[in-house]
Amino acid sequence: MAQVAPAEHELRRVIGDGDAVPDGEVEGLDENALLDLYRSLVLLRTYDERSVVYHRQGRIGTYAIFWNHEAMQAGSVHALSDEDWIFPSYRESAIGLLRGMPAATVLSWWRGHPAGWWNPTDYNTASICVPIATHVPHAAGLAWGKKLRGDASIAIVYFGDGATSEGAFHEGANFAAVMQAPLILFCNNNQWAISTPLSAQTAADTLADKAVGYGIPGFRVDGTDVLAVYEATREAVERARSGGGPTFIEAVTYRVGPHATADDPKAYIDLQRVEEEKQRECVGRYDGYLRRLGVLDDATADEIKVWSGQLLREGIAAAEAEPAPDPSQLFEHAFVDPPASFASDLAELRRILRDG
Amino acid sequence: MAELSIVEAINDAFHVELERDDDVLVMGEDVGRAGGVFRATAGLRDRFGKDRCVDTPLAEAGILGAAVGLCMAGWRPVCEMQYDAFSYPCLDQLINHVGRYRWRTRGTMEFPLVVRMPYGGGVRAPELHDDSPETYYVHTPGVKVAIPSTPADAKGLLAAAIRDPDPVVVLEPKLHYRTIRGEVPEGEHVVPLGKARLAREGTDVTLVAYGSMVPLCERVADELDGEASAEVLDIRTLKPLDEDALLASAAKTGRVVTVQEAPRTLGFAAELAAILAEKAILDLHGPVLRVTGYDVPYPYWLIEDAYMPSVERVLDAVRRLLEF
Repeated sequence: MAQVAPAEHELRRVIGDGDAVPDGEVEGLDENALLDLYRSLVLLRTYDERSVVYHRQGRIGTYAIFWNHEAMQAGSVHALSDEDWIFPSYRESAIGLLRGMPAATVLSWWRGHPAGWWNPTDYNTASICVPIATHVPHAAGLAWGKKLRGDASIAIVYFGDGATSEGAFHEGANFAAVMQAPLILFCNNNQWAISTPLSAQTAADTLADKAVGYGIPGFRVDGTDVLAVYEATREAVERARSGGGPTFIEAVTYRVGPHATADDPKAYIDLQRVEEEKQRECVGRYDGYLRRLGVLDDATADEIKVWSGQLLREGIAAAEAEPAPDPSQLFEHAFVDPPASFASDLAELRRILRDG
Repeated sequence: MAELSIVEAINDAFHVELERDDDVLVMGEDVGRAGGVFRATAGLRDRFGKDRCVDTPLAEAGILGAAVGLCMAGWRPVCEMQYDAFSYPCLDQLINHVGRYRWRTRGTMEFPLVVRMPYGGGVRAPELHDDSPETYYVHTPGVKVAIPSTPADAKGLLAAAIRDPDPVVVLEPKLHYRTIRGEVPEGEHVVPLGKARLAREGTDVTLVAYGSMVPLCERVADELDGEASAEVLDIRTLKPLDEDALLASAAKTGRVVTVQEAPRTLGFAAELAAILAEKAILDLHGPVLRVTGYDVPYPYWLIEDAYMPSVERVLDAVRRLLEF
């Protein structure tokens, strides 16, 4: 059995503050890898900021903002191989972009268009889980099933701090631990579940402490430090792939935006804290780190910004160019062998739409 | 042909299907070492190994949720819920994921999983070992539901469920796990989903039932001998429903009584009555009558016989309908 001890209280960090706290480094990341990570961060940031604008313009529906969560997503995905499976919650809706999924696909999902319902095997990325924590057992099952087949791939499942209060989280984590499934339980602790603060969510000192109860190791990292997230995930990947079973990672950040476009946090959040957290948001921190290291300059940063902006402009254009879904799509794919009633229901619906 | 009980027939189906397809695995509470609390999975762990007949943690939602992931890894999991009423935690997974996942991947991923459980009352069991939860399952889009009433169908419908590319829930009448014995074909035996079985031919009234209510209706038909000729239609698959068989029998007899053990309101008997009202109104000589459990919690066992549809209650309904 792997380490079973209370989680480290101190958050793991690599990136310094450019002043009193010195920068660290992660072994094995060359300049190209460091810049790839930057590209992923900027892509996710651009996606998120543009999505809020698209929502305000009425071009996508209600949207779950992930501003200041990008380091947790990019840092962890970069530690995986392409064969490894990702189980996103709605907070990671665009994580497939890091696997080559077109922006139009994710934007279509938020537009309520079936073109947003991707084939998970195309990207080894499961469908977005909308209920809280119910995908944790899925990831446990997939990881266990891969292990039974002698497959080397592992799985990672993303969920928030509130999700750790759900029964499905417990059942999935326990299942994975009992089966020694190669799974990473990745908690993005942004300290808010809509309006409910972490203090109202748990009496535990840390969320990573929950790992002890499952007999698996738990670690805490600074969720705004993309390199710390990368390094912690890489260790968990190695443990999982070498038969060491699941790992719980608690990445701590702060939700500086609303829960979603339909939420107004001014009613409950500490606005001064939000402003403080914005000063140390994850993309800016990494930008500063790379510049101090001499890996990033204005020209490269601009080029990446233009590239990601262009990708989103093309994405929304492609999503909006999707033809309106035909009513027949209601009945497609619910069953491999649909019942006879589907055909008669569709025929009746077509007649009414035509004559009405 | 072998003479088997229902639970022996289920066990036989497992042995055949696990031998036939290496992707099939059985999982649930106490299914491995113990062979299931009803012994439905007896011998599987010894024969196929602990990874093909898996003792899971005590977690119904976790079992079904993990089964979703197993499907994504290419397995065909068969999940046992130990008892009907203990299956309710898995409804979250069933409704939110199992029934939707293929649809929301636009048909690119399949979820060929089976959920099976003993259901129904009359077994003098403690509270919450007696429920008839079929309505919840039938009402869930993307899920098929089968309920056998004979040993041969118990084997054949389970085999069909295991081979089906879509999720299937199979409810097994625990009252008759060991009380009914019948001829069961040896080796591979598949009863296609979506086909009803004419259990008894008759001309005056049709009794429509499934699971443990089928043998009850056959006893009613016996009681009516000389008074009226009763047809007994065993629905076998609640979804997809064999509407043709239902409508054909209604057209033949003109009188239909539907019988279910579950509470009345919005039960499957109501669905059958609605279909007959929509599609067979001119064939009917009287109203479709329901004989069901009552809209109360399933009672403690010293009064459960008063809750369960009985021969007398069904006879009463038939006679009211014949006199209508």
